Amino acid sequence: MSTMPLLRIVPPVVRAARRPQRMLERQMMCYRNTWPILLSGFFEPLFYLLSIRVGIGKLVGDVTVGNHVLTYAEFVAPAMMASSAMNGAVYDSTMNVFHKLKYARTYDAVLATPMGIGDVALGEIGWALVRGLLYATAFLMTMAVLGLTSSWWVLISLPVCVLIGFAFAAVGMASTTYMRAWTDFEFVPTVTMPLFLFSATFYPVSSYGSWAWVVQLSPLYHGVALIRAANAGTASWGIVGHVVFLLTMAFAGLWVVSRRLQFLLLK
Amino acid sequence: MSANPTHRTSGAPGIREPLIHAEGLVKKFGAFTAVDGIDFDVQPGEAFGFLGPNGAGKSSTMRMIGCTSPISGGTLRLFGLDPATHGREIRKRLGVVPQLDSLDSELTVEENLIIYGRYFDLSRAEARRRAGELLEFVQLSDRAKSRVEPLSGGMKRRVTIARSLINQPDLLLLDEPTTGLDPQARHILWDRLYRLKQQGVTLVLTTHYMDEAEQLCDRLVVMDAGRIAAEGSPRRLIEQHATREVLELRFPAGANAENEHFAIGLGERHELLPDRVLVYVNDGDQALASVIAAGAKPESALVRRSTLEDVFLHLTGRTLVE
Amino acid sequence: MSTPASLRVFEWKLLVYRRVWRSNIVTSFLQPMLYLLAMGLGVGSLINKNPASSQTLGNLPYVAFVAPGLLATTAMMVASIESMWPVIDALMWGRQYEAMSATPIEATDIVASHAMWILFRSGIAAITVAAAMALFPDVRSWGLIAAVPAAMLSGLAFGMPLAAWSVTRTREMSFPVIQRFIITPLFLFGGAFFPLSQLPLVIRWFGYTTPLWHGVELCRAWATGSSLGALAALAHIAYLLLWAAVGMFLMRRLAQRRLFA
Repeated sequence: MSTMPLLRIVPPVVRAARRPQRMLERQMMCYRNTWPILLSGFFEPLFYLLSIRVGIGKLVGDVTVGNHVLTYAEFVAPAMMASSAMNGAVYDSTMNVFHKLKYARTYDAVLATPMGIGDVALGEIGWALVRGLLYATAFLMTMAVLGLTSSWWVLISLPVCVLIGFAFAAVGMASTTYMRAWTDFEFVPTVTMPLFLFSATFYPVSSYGSWAWVVQLSPLYHGVALIRAANAGTASWGIVGHVVFLLTMAFAGLWVVSRRLQFLLLK
Repeated sequence: MSANPTHRTSGAPGIREPLIHAEGLVKKFGAFTAVDGIDFDVQPGEAFGFLGPNGAGKSSTMRMIGCTSPISGGTLRLFGLDPATHGREIRKRLGVVPQLDSLDSELTVEENLIIYGRYFDLSRAEARRRAGELLEFVQLSDRAKSRVEPLSGGMKRRVTIARSLINQPDLLLLDEPTTGLDPQARHILWDRLYRLKQQGVTLVLTTHYMDEAEQLCDRLVVMDAGRIAAEGSPRRLIEQHATREVLELRFPAGANAENEHFAIGLGERHELLPDRVLVYVNDGDQALASVIAAGAKPESALVRRSTLEDVFLHLTGRTLVE
Repeated sequence: MSTPASLRVFEWKLLVYRRVWRSNIVTSFLQPMLYLLAMGLGVGSLINKNPASSQTLGNLPYVAFVAPGLLATTAMMVASIESMWPVIDALMWGRQYEAMSATPIEATDIVASHAMWILFRSGIAAITVAAAMALFPDVRSWGLIAAVPAAMLSGLAFGMPLAAWSVTRTREMSFPVIQRFIITPLFLFGGAFFPLSQLPLVIRWFGYTTPLWHGVELCRAWATGSSLGALAALAHIAYLLLWAAVGMFLMRRLAQRRLFA
């Protein structure tokens, strides 16, 4: 396995993982008791998309991107989908992980069994992805019901959401390993909110004029661009760039996570 | 009773290899040395204890044995295997009861056991079956569907013990199993641990309670400041390092030191503590009579049998629970 | 002697807040500023291009329309967060309320102190939002000073009934659901981002009954200096006070039952 050079981008402890799916099983057990919370999340896109469609969308009217004319809701919906993937992943990988790491000692208990650091890291990030996929599916269905989808290619937005989730969950979990107390988490919305607002979410990247390159530094922007392309069913070489950006972020996060967890849990 | 693990002998057949073998074991955290070169062996079927005050290095030793803390020096073998290379295989055969409860507060009591079994790769049905039996064993069947949070400290500890048995371990590690529990809860727990011991489970525990060590351990080491100060069965340690009886004299507050001279030459030796003077003698009543005859006026006097507390005091000059 | 006792409870909350106030003020200034930049100016530039919208917005540039709405929603958000987790924390985890119940402090004091606390926190939030608003020429006005207490009152009107609910809880499970099904929809459909007149009739009337809409209307009228009759203003204030009073009454009863029965 280690002979395959491509796998070197995966940290060794993660390669040593054998049963990460057990962590998913644990999460599912947890949600067996609190599933209304999970379910309630499905309604969030409905509220947001409706408020855009009947509210701001009516005020804005139509938007012209390139040579496409879109209603404002059609323009914003893919961005909302990407943002929701980001927010879900960040939520799962920050506060929740911190609680298990510092207070509940969940991972200490897990590591006393044949499970290893790689199982924990992959399992927890994996859960963020599974949950993200569920939410993305709900989001897509809501979009379809509200008539905001334009082609079958939009189905590609589902794996894109998983990729966005992977990138943000890995980096979110990595930052969590550096948090000392709950108050440190104030820093999380300080990062995610500007990303949400300024990733060409609410208006085309062209509106930023010569500042457009700053927007392109935002990982969410790349997610938004991918989902917009999927929904429009247009392909371009730029897509490769977006995917590489998010993958790089994901694996960088994974490296930090595996090192830090080892440092924190296997002292 | 499935909580009774059938012991698998490891290594070459016929050779009775120790379950744990430690030689010159060291644990350092930066410049601080928590465990400073200790040697010990634990044999199959025995109940082995680490007795010592907080900070003696007991928990660090336990974490190294549990393969969740890499050793800083020396040798450590479990079942003849090296934790650094075979951690997963070793942990498969261990049961761990950590010092601080790590039960999953998001799950019910039963779910806690089942998911733990799943970490050991048990099938769902098997994990469920064992969970039921183990909850019966720790007398918590009626709380199976309850969440963990409302349980008392003693109940949580029993759930943790049940959880640690889900893989039918060859070796059970208990880090201060009864610290912080009320007397009644401690006795229930001791009873369950005693049963496990009778079933042949090898127990390794740390404690700073001498009564716990005396109740549960066949053999123990006294640890202080990262080193082993003495080793043996509780009875032998008391014989070796203390007298048969102890006379405790309490003088009025602040007057213990000035009355110390009454104790000198009375028995084998004496200890001056902040609140009392201990005199180590073979006949406590006789010693008390001669102290009174010499004109001492203690506020109270007590004759009792020596305990491991006295052994520890003698070896280190400090009390166990401060 | 209930006022001094409630002040002492308030003092305890202040002590805790003293440790985090700096970062808290920075974020509560930055967040609305970013919102105003992105929504007010960014989305606003799209909206202002659409001639059909200017009448709907009462001839206001969008940033001037949305900013006062942000003032009221921020106060509501702060008040609602403070009325959920911190309340159950003081009841069950930190047990400060339980500790207080063993002193001469009474349920009335706990309710009064919570009201003071909401006014304090939503006040700080409203002032920082107003400060951020003052950076935008289209929004800047002396009316902002009057809008701040209006925002605080909306916070109180929403926070007190919510605190009354929290006092009865033993688990925090309902809080995320409340956030999703009550607070988020209010935030989105409470008249802050677009006029309720755009909504279908049924939803519109539902919007009119929420305290948030009345808070938004007050803030917007005073911050933009648009004409709002004295009677209408009084009606909005009275309606918000009614919510706050009912909330306080309920919270007192329920806290009494939980802590002193």
